[in-house]
Amino acid sequence: MADTTVANKTIKFIITRQDKPDAPSYTEQFEIPYRQNMNVISALMEIQRNPQKADGAGTSPVCWESNCLEEVCGACSMVINGKPRQACTALVDKLEQPIRLEPMSTFPVVRDLVINRERMFNALKRVKAWIPIDGTYDLGPGPRMAETKRQWAYELSKCMTCGVCLEACPNVNDRNSFIGPAAISQVRLFNAHPTGEMNKAERLDALMEEGGIEGCGNSQNCVRSCPKGIPLTTSIAAMNKDTTKQLFKKWLDF
Amino acid sequence: MKGNTYLSRKIHSLLGVIPLGLFFIEHMVTNFAAVEGGPQGFKDAVIFLNSLPLVPVLEATLIWIPLLFHGVYGLYIAYQSNLNTGQYHYGRNWAFTFQRISGVITFIFIVWHLYQTRVQVAIGNVGHDELGGVMHDISTNVLFLIFYVIGVVAAVFHFSNGMWSFLVSWGITVGPRAQRISSYIWMVVFVIVTAMFLMSLFAFRGDEFKEAASAAIAWTNIV
Repeated sequence: MADTTVANKTIKFIITRQDKPDAPSYTEQFEIPYRQNMNVISALMEIQRNPQKADGAGTSPVCWESNCLEEVCGACSMVINGKPRQACTALVDKLEQPIRLEPMSTFPVVRDLVINRERMFNALKRVKAWIPIDGTYDLGPGPRMAETKRQWAYELSKCMTCGVCLEACPNVNDRNSFIGPAAISQVRLFNAHPTGEMNKAERLDALMEEGGIEGCGNSQNCVRSCPKGIPLTTSIAAMNKDTTKQLFKKWLDF
Repeated sequence: MKGNTYLSRKIHSLLGVIPLGLFFIEHMVTNFAAVEGGPQGFKDAVIFLNSLPLVPVLEATLIWIPLLFHGVYGLYIAYQSNLNTGQYHYGRNWAFTFQRISGVITFIFIVWHLYQTRVQVAIGNVGHDELGGVMHDISTNVLFLIFYVIGVVAAVFHFSNGMWSFLVSWGITVGPRAQRISSYIWMVVFVIVTAMFLMSLFAFRGDEFKEAASAAIAWTNIV
């Protein structure tokens, strides 16, 4: 790499660390040389190259997860200066120092900044967030989708299961079985699809069980926090409408 | 809590509006008789309510049972929530937090208010026609007055913000614009309902309510 180090300029980090899933957490301070256009990931890579605390003592390199480095995979979500977001798009020049990094502790912490988002994938399975198209013969092309609908549905499809909305939600915690905003919005997405709509009732039923859509308390932190700008609260309200209809349908139609 | 929490939560939400929200507005109107008609007006309003047919049945089905369910299940909902306004200081998150806090305050206030009024009528310490006097004693006591003002403001906030949430939770106000306009409307309702309740509360402080107070004074001195 070309030498882009700016003389005598450093960046300070305070990182919350944890050695094992059940170990207590602790913080460590780091001071690394500044380079132009750094993001939090490149700073973490710098710590990985030279795992030394601010006081000069050696330590183990900080663990984190990342993949795409362009805010579409959701893997590098962490709490940066108090707000959950992706580390790849957290530019050092735009952050107040010392930069505080913490894991999104709503999820089980695996190590340091690495968390386990399995509950989100289980939630997607639970609400059947897919479109069944397999058959024993060629089912032919499905019905067409209106362009106006496609436009807003596309926004919902930007969800990368990053977990930021669950971290921000006051009702996603150990005392509450709330499924979280992301999966509810995915029900709206797959129910909007002309083929997915054929299994609409199954997805709504999944939201009307213990820990489903009723866990939403309307704090609306999710929509304020979503890095992709997904209208999560509109999705929740729309699914509130559909589950309410479903409730009365079940009572009155049978 | 096992079973269908979706259904419990929906019942909780519905009961907050029908009948509790309606009863709350009725209570506001009845109290306002004290502002409009003085002691006699308030007495007439109370007697009118108690002259309704099947009063005990109406009370049980429209007030006691819904209030108990909404209150107790509401405490459980509050217990299930984290309060994270320190990290996310958005208006709606504050409303979420205050909805839970005001719910708990309102629950305590209602228990106390019922003890001072409805329970005293039930055990025969005061008659329905003496309630204006009871309220005079309460509202002229500075500590009770402060407690009542806090209780009333908490209850009206819980009602107004609860109505906003109800419209979202049942899928009536779906989009951000509808939800924003709804929040303006319920803010206005909050101001009007608070003003009317407080006007009634302060009307009870008037000397004209004093005469009726003598009968009730014996027990209010104790509590």
